[in-house]
Amino acid sequence: MDALTGHLGEFGHGLVTTVHMTVVTTIGALLLGVIVATLRICPVPLLRGVGTVYVEVLQNLPLLALLVLFVFALPTIGITFPLFTSAAIVISAYEGAYLAEAIRAGINTVGVGQAEAARAIGLTFSQSLRYVILPQGLRAVIQPMGTICIALLMNTSLAAAVGVVELTQAANNVNLVEAQPIAVFTGAGLAYMLLALLISRITGALERRFAIVR
Amino acid sequence: MNPNQQILFDVPGPRAQRRIRIATVLGALAILGGIAWAVHQFASHGELAAERWQPFTTWPIWRYLLDALWATLLAAAATAVLSGALGLLLALGRLSAHRPLRWLAGAYVEVFRTVPALLLVYITLFALPKYGLNFPLFWKLVVPLVVSNAAAFAEIFRAGIKALDRGQTEAGLAIGLRRGQVMRLVVLPQALLRLTPSLVSQLVGLLKDTSLGFVVSYTELLYSGQVLASYTHLLIQTFLVVALIYLVVNASLSKLARVLQARNGRLTTRGRSAAREPAATPLTPGSTAR
Repeated sequence: MDALTGHLGEFGHGLVTTVHMTVVTTIGALLLGVIVATLRICPVPLLRGVGTVYVEVLQNLPLLALLVLFVFALPTIGITFPLFTSAAIVISAYEGAYLAEAIRAGINTVGVGQAEAARAIGLTFSQSLRYVILPQGLRAVIQPMGTICIALLMNTSLAAAVGVVELTQAANNVNLVEAQPIAVFTGAGLAYMLLALLISRITGALERRFAIVR
Repeated sequence: MNPNQQILFDVPGPRAQRRIRIATVLGALAILGGIAWAVHQFASHGELAAERWQPFTTWPIWRYLLDALWATLLAAAATAVLSGALGLLLALGRLSAHRPLRWLAGAYVEVFRTVPALLLVYITLFALPKYGLNFPLFWKLVVPLVVSNAAAFAEIFRAGIKALDRGQTEAGLAIGLRRGQVMRLVVLPQALLRLTPSLVSQLVGLLKDTSLGFVVSYTELLYSGQVLASYTHLLIQTFLVVALIYLVVNASLSKLARVLQARNGRLTTRGRSAAREPAATPLTPGSTAR
């Protein structure tokens, strides 16, 4: 137990970094997800193709390979970001592909009549998307999006492999000093479980507030 | 164009067609601009020179990379078999009639679904050796992956078993089969058939997880790429080629999942389509649940 209490500062710092990274990448991934899902159903064939290629590529590459490529390889062609920013960009892009697919599944649950009605009253594609389809489609997939957010939380740990000192790395560092693996790693695992629980509580609350009962 | 897609927007008239053309041109310009910028970045840092790409046309480099791919596939196969079996046992445990068993399996799944695989890798690397559990390198990668993927598989199996019509179990019990027999002879064969697409999708996730070999220094694809890059100093070229290999392998697996999904759709609707109410027309084509 001393191993945990004696290093609360390091743990706290790691926890804050993990939470910070999770919040930033969730926002980025949500924005990207909506944009890519829109691209995949828009009337312009070229843009639909772009959306499909984006999802296919990002879903089929390991996140760690993307992180390594971005953090270690891109500087050799003169593209450099601060470490935290790089990791946040890569994780947002990666999870954005998954959120895009979830949002598209949500759009599929919206009744055909809704889209036809929107067109019948003269809304354009972007208007019907903004006022009719997306508000209903997004509400239908709050739960799956919450699951993706939990996966995102777990994936922020991969940033440790390229040098970001977040919760996993902080735990590892403390263990290297204290050599108390059980206490240290159990503490970190519990922290992840609590954060995941928090996310599922938040999505549960959002679901109760916004979901449409059909 | 796919007919389903015309629900969100009308058949484009002259004005809409003009706008689509404008958007296409703008989009193409943006893509070309991006490519031009990337080429410029490569060129201005001398990474476009032929001798920096030439090694990737030689057999020794490819043999090295293919060996690495083989190691990746081997780790993925071992993880898939072990975590699949463990996942099935956990799912059966969660659905069992014994409360302690249900509770144990449930606790396992809830814990390992929310603990990052990297943390488990760190535990096998730095914690277990202290207690005399020092696995060979291969198992240092596979064991944590099995532990975390088993939870994912358990959830897939459980969902599949629960999604099967209750009548199947009831009918099995009614003809005098025991619970174990019903599960083995009636429920599992049907559930597994329907789950194949999800299981193949999970394989893609698992194959991506083996890239954690980078941390373990097990010579799978990503770590081998790192070794190759530090040896040849061809950083971006190596990692791009490695990414391309991952992309080809995983995209083929994803494609297989989609084909199986489509075939399953036909299998399960055949002979029952008359009784079924017509499925709602999806707004977009070819969507897969994930």
